[in-house]
Amino acid sequence: MNTLMLAVEQSTPINYLPVVLQLLVAIGFVIFMVGVTHLLGPKRKTADKLINFESGIPQVGNARQPMAIKYFLVAILFVLFDVEVIFFYPYAINFKELGTEGFMAVLMFVAFFLCGFIYIIKKGALEWEE
Amino acid sequence: MNQLLEISFSSLASSIHSWLSSAIANATILNVVEMAIAGVCLLVFLVPLCFVLGYMERKVAAFMQLRLGPNRVGPKGTLQIVADTVKLIFKEGLTPNASDKFLFNLAPIIVVVVSMLVMAPIAFAKNFQLWDLNIGVLYVTSISSIAVIGILMAGWSSYNKYSLLGAMRSGAQIVSYELSVGLSIISIVIMTGSLKISDIVMSQADGWWIFKGHLPIFISFVIFVIASTAEINRAPFDLSEAEQELTGGFHTEYSGMKFAMFLLAEYINLFVVSAMAATLFLGGWMPFHIGHWEAFNHIMDFIPSSLWFLGKTFAIIFIIMQFRWTFPRLRVDQLLNLEWKYLLPISMVNIILVTIMAIMGWYL
Repeated sequence: MNTLMLAVEQSTPINYLPVVLQLLVAIGFVIFMVGVTHLLGPKRKTADKLINFESGIPQVGNARQPMAIKYFLVAILFVLFDVEVIFFYPYAINFKELGTEGFMAVLMFVAFFLCGFIYIIKKGALEWEE
Repeated sequence: MNQLLEISFSSLASSIHSWLSSAIANATILNVVEMAIAGVCLLVFLVPLCFVLGYMERKVAAFMQLRLGPNRVGPKGTLQIVADTVKLIFKEGLTPNASDKFLFNLAPIIVVVVSMLVMAPIAFAKNFQLWDLNIGVLYVTSISSIAVIGILMAGWSSYNKYSLLGAMRSGAQIVSYELSVGLSIISIVIMTGSLKISDIVMSQADGWWIFKGHLPIFISFVIFVIASTAEINRAPFDLSEAEQELTGGFHTEYSGMKFAMFLLAEYINLFVVSAMAATLFLGGWMPFHIGHWEAFNHIMDFIPSSLWFLGKTFAIIFIIMQFRWTFPRLRVDQLLNLEWKYLLPISMVNIILVTIMAIMGWYL
C-alpha cells in the first residue's frame, strides 16, 4: 500500500508540465514545417488534380461505404481485453506486498480471462473466412 | 585526464543547469526555460535521426537485395535523404476537394505529435533523461495508442476507398497487437516492481533482463519485437499501406510535407519501440558486464553510456529492418489469427510464468 500512496503523492499537476511544453514544441514544429512548404511550394490547383485517386479511372460510387463488421468486432474485443491488461499494472507494481494471496486472486482473474477468451473463439468471433 | 574523460551528457546537462540557475533567479521560469531547451534539443536530435534511419533503411534494403542503394548524392549517397527532404519541402500539398479538409490536415499533425511525445521519458544516457516520470512505461503505452486515431482520421477524411480500407485494417491491427505489447511490458514491470524508466534501467546493473530473466523474459522480448513491429505498421505487417493492393493505404491522398509527416512519424516510432525494447530487455544505457571478469567489465565501462544505448537501439532497428525484406506480407485474417490465437494466449501464460519466477526469486 505504501508504494501506492507514494505514487499518488508525486503526481501533482506540475509534474506533468513537461508534457504540455513538449506538446507545444511538437505542434509548433509540425505547423512550421507544413507552413513552410505551404509558402514555398507551388499552388496550381486544377480540377483534375483535386479529384480522389482511384488508379486512374473515374471515381465509382461513394467512398463512405459500410465496412465489414469484423473490424468493429475486433475493436470491441480489444476494449474488453485491454481493460484486463490495464488491471495488471497495479498488480505488477505491488505483487511483492500482496504475496501468495494476491497471486491466487490474479490466477483467478486470468482464469476468468481465459474463459472469456475460449468463449469468443468458440463463438467464431475471430473467424475471418466465410 | 580524468576531467577530460568525464565529459558526458549528464555533466553537460548539469553545467547548463548551474549556468542557467545563476542567470535566472525565479525557479518556475528556470524550469520552463530548461524544458524549452530540452524540447528544442529533442527536435535537433530528431531530424538527423530521421536522416540516418532513412539512409539506413535504403542501404539495408539494398544490402538484402544485393543492390548498391543510393550512391550518387554526397559520399556513399549519404546526402540523398537530405535532397529528398528539400524536394518534399518544395512540393505542393494537395487537399482533395471531396475530403473533409479539417480532419485531413489534422491527421498528420496528430500522428507526428503523438510519436514525438512518446520520446519524452526515454533514457538516452546515464542520468540523461528528458523527463523521468513515475509512470514511465505506462505513459509510453498510453500515448502511443493515440496514433491509431490519427491513422483512422487520415483514412476516413480522404474520401478514398483505398484509404478507408487501409485505415480500417490498420486500426484493427494496431489495437490487437497493443495487447501483446502491453503484456510483455508488464512482465518487465513485474520483475522490477516499478514503472519508472530509470528504475527499470537501474535494476539491470547486475545483468540485463534478457539474460537474468531466463526463458520467460526471452519469450516476452520476442513477443515485444514482433508485436511492436506490427504496432508501428512495418513490413511484414504493413498491410495498411500495402502498395500492391491499396496503392498507398491510408496516406494515398497525401502529398508533399503532409506525406513526409507520416514518414517522419514512422521513423520516430521505429526508434521509440527499439529504444523501449533496449531499455526494458537489454539494459538501456547499462554496459555489458560478465560476472566477476573485473578487467573486462572495466573496459566495457569506458564505452560511454550514450553509445551503449544507441548501439542497442540501432541493433534492434537493424533487425526490424531486416524483417521487411525477409518475410512476405501477411493477409489480414492471418494477421489477426497470429495475434489473437497465438501471441495473446502465449503472453498470458508467460505473465503467469514470470510472476511465479519473481515470487520464487528464480532469477539472479
